[in-house]
Amino acid sequence: MRISDLFYEAFSALYTNKLRSGLTILGIVIGIGSVITMLSVGQGAKNSIENQIQSMGSNLVIVVPGAMRTFSPMAGARGGAQTLTLKDSQAILKEVEGVLALSPVVYKNYQVVAGKKNTRTQIVGTGASFLEIRNYQIDTGAFFTEKQVENMARVAVLGSTVKEDLFGNSVSPIGKTIKINGIIFKVIGVTKPKGGMTALEDDIVIVPVSVVQKLFSGDEYLNAIIIKGDSPGAIESIKSQVTTLLLKRHNIKSSEMADFSVVTQEDMLSMAGSVTQVMTILLTSIAAISLVVGGIGIMNMMMTSVSERTKEIGLRKAIGAKRREIGLQFLIEAVMLTFVGGLVGVLLGIVVSFGITFFTGLTTKISLFSIILALSISSVIGIIFGYWPAQKAARLDPIEALRYE
Amino acid sequence: MLIEIKNIKKVFKSDGTETIALKDVSFSIEKGEFVAIVGPSGSGKSTLMHILGCLVVPTTGQYFFEGRDVSKLSEEELAEIRRKKIGFVFQQFNLLPRATVLRNVELPLIYSGMPRDKRKEIVKKTLKAAAFPSEFLYHLSNQLSGGMMQRVAIARALINDPLLILADEPTGNLDSKTGEEVLRTFEELNQAGRTIILVTHERYIAERAQRIISLKDGEIASDVRNHKEKVVEEIKE
Repeated sequence: MRISDLFYEAFSALYTNKLRSGLTILGIVIGIGSVITMLSVGQGAKNSIENQIQSMGSNLVIVVPGAMRTFSPMAGARGGAQTLTLKDSQAILKEVEGVLALSPVVYKNYQVVAGKKNTRTQIVGTGASFLEIRNYQIDTGAFFTEKQVENMARVAVLGSTVKEDLFGNSVSPIGKTIKINGIIFKVIGVTKPKGGMTALEDDIVIVPVSVVQKLFSGDEYLNAIIIKGDSPGAIESIKSQVTTLLLKRHNIKSSEMADFSVVTQEDMLSMAGSVTQVMTILLTSIAAISLVVGGIGIMNMMMTSVSERTKEIGLRKAIGAKRREIGLQFLIEAVMLTFVGGLVGVLLGIVVSFGITFFTGLTTKISLFSIILALSISSVIGIIFGYWPAQKAARLDPIEALRYE
Repeated sequence: MLIEIKNIKKVFKSDGTETIALKDVSFSIEKGEFVAIVGPSGSGKSTLMHILGCLVVPTTGQYFFEGRDVSKLSEEELAEIRRKKIGFVFQQFNLLPRATVLRNVELPLIYSGMPRDKRKEIVKKTLKAAAFPSEFLYHLSNQLSGGMMQRVAIARALINDPLLILADEPTGNLDSKTGEEVLRTFEELNQAGRTIILVTHERYIAERAQRIISLKDGEIASDVRNHKEKVVEEIKE
């Protein structure tokens, strides 16, 4: 018997029972659809976090106060421990090798007012090299200099979102004044939009760190020190030098007791990766359960089909069909069902993923890998759940099968 | 000699009790014969037909088909013989429902591995031989009348050009007129040289064959030549 005929026999058997075949594959369609959707949501989350980490800049080492337990890429709001000071930052710049530039950072959230408009945004107090380290570019105007930081100049650089909120699109804000927490600042520059997955990086006002410490917090402490290494190879060395230096400066003997954490972008990626991986595994295992249920549905239908077609199987055997040919036909029928179910499921998954992106704004990413995985899984389900019914059909005794009513 | 069976015995076992379907049956059939096997139900004629049709093997005894002993063959080897050498016609036609006449008739060709493009021509030719009008080629089998269905089944039995046609009560589900037509088709096939074994419990149908083997309680009761000249040859056990 030719393989093409075998497939045609299987196909026409399913086609004669269009409605039932269609209903049976629903379980697989839904199962595969959810696998594709879950994987795309997981992959999308992973990609957007990775993009955020990448868009921070390259070759970065970040020092934050407090011991690191979990990490969120939006680390701005972490506070609590106050252990890092401007002096630490100056010491790192002076003593650690391989440092290209460094920014001390203080984050605060304040109301910003310009004329009649106001917005609540993040005030970043930092040094002159922040621009370069964090990959910002100036759209109009200029960034403040180290001199202005030293002199505690009340100047501000606006993120593109803040600029739009306060001044609209047409007016140039350069030279205008804004009030941050009641204190007047002069706008000297606007950054180009960074875009990215979240608009957070454009919703900031950058001011000299000295001003924030003096006028807003009234102390020496920092929320972070962002260090840019001169090459990717220098990162690990910077990390260990910074740790040693700060342990010494803070009089701490063991690194386990450290009151600060040194994190590279690599560390962030792996931490973020493990979080999204757990999420993906969780979601996918729920989808997998629905696939098993779908598979049992296939087996159920194939069993019914074998019983119903007992006489036909008897006839096929009488005219010379061998066990293997009968078994294969039923196995192919099962695999065809699950494979088509898989295909439709992939389409459904893609549609749902787009829907999720469209309605919730969550990033989703359909990978070729997940499609191939889904189609392989659905075929394997066909083989697993089709095997037993196929064996049952193949083993039928031709005489008894012919007599079956 | 096409068929020779020697001391065939068939015993069925179920739940520990043995049922003897055939006790000790021997006969032979030449190529080109038209033989009817008759007997009441329970006489073992169905079992005999299944053995002759290579659907089962006898418990003991030998069955030579074309000189080859097939009584010890495996299920797969028997399937090989059935697909090449034997055509079956059943009382209930056993056509694939909701499939076209073409698909039904070509089914044996599919299992013997003939390429698709060659099949249709042979199907048309064979339908003609079975006196089936070829314009119904694409009709669904379950839309046909009983007589037409049986012609499709006969065409299906003939399609692989088998040495032997085995018909199990082929007229049992037909009215007498169409039954008569089907019987005439068998006669024509036999005149064209085909070997036919017809199993029936109706004496008048068996009369149409050249030779009648009567079974009773798993044994041959009589084996008579049934020529028009009524040359009768009784075989004493």
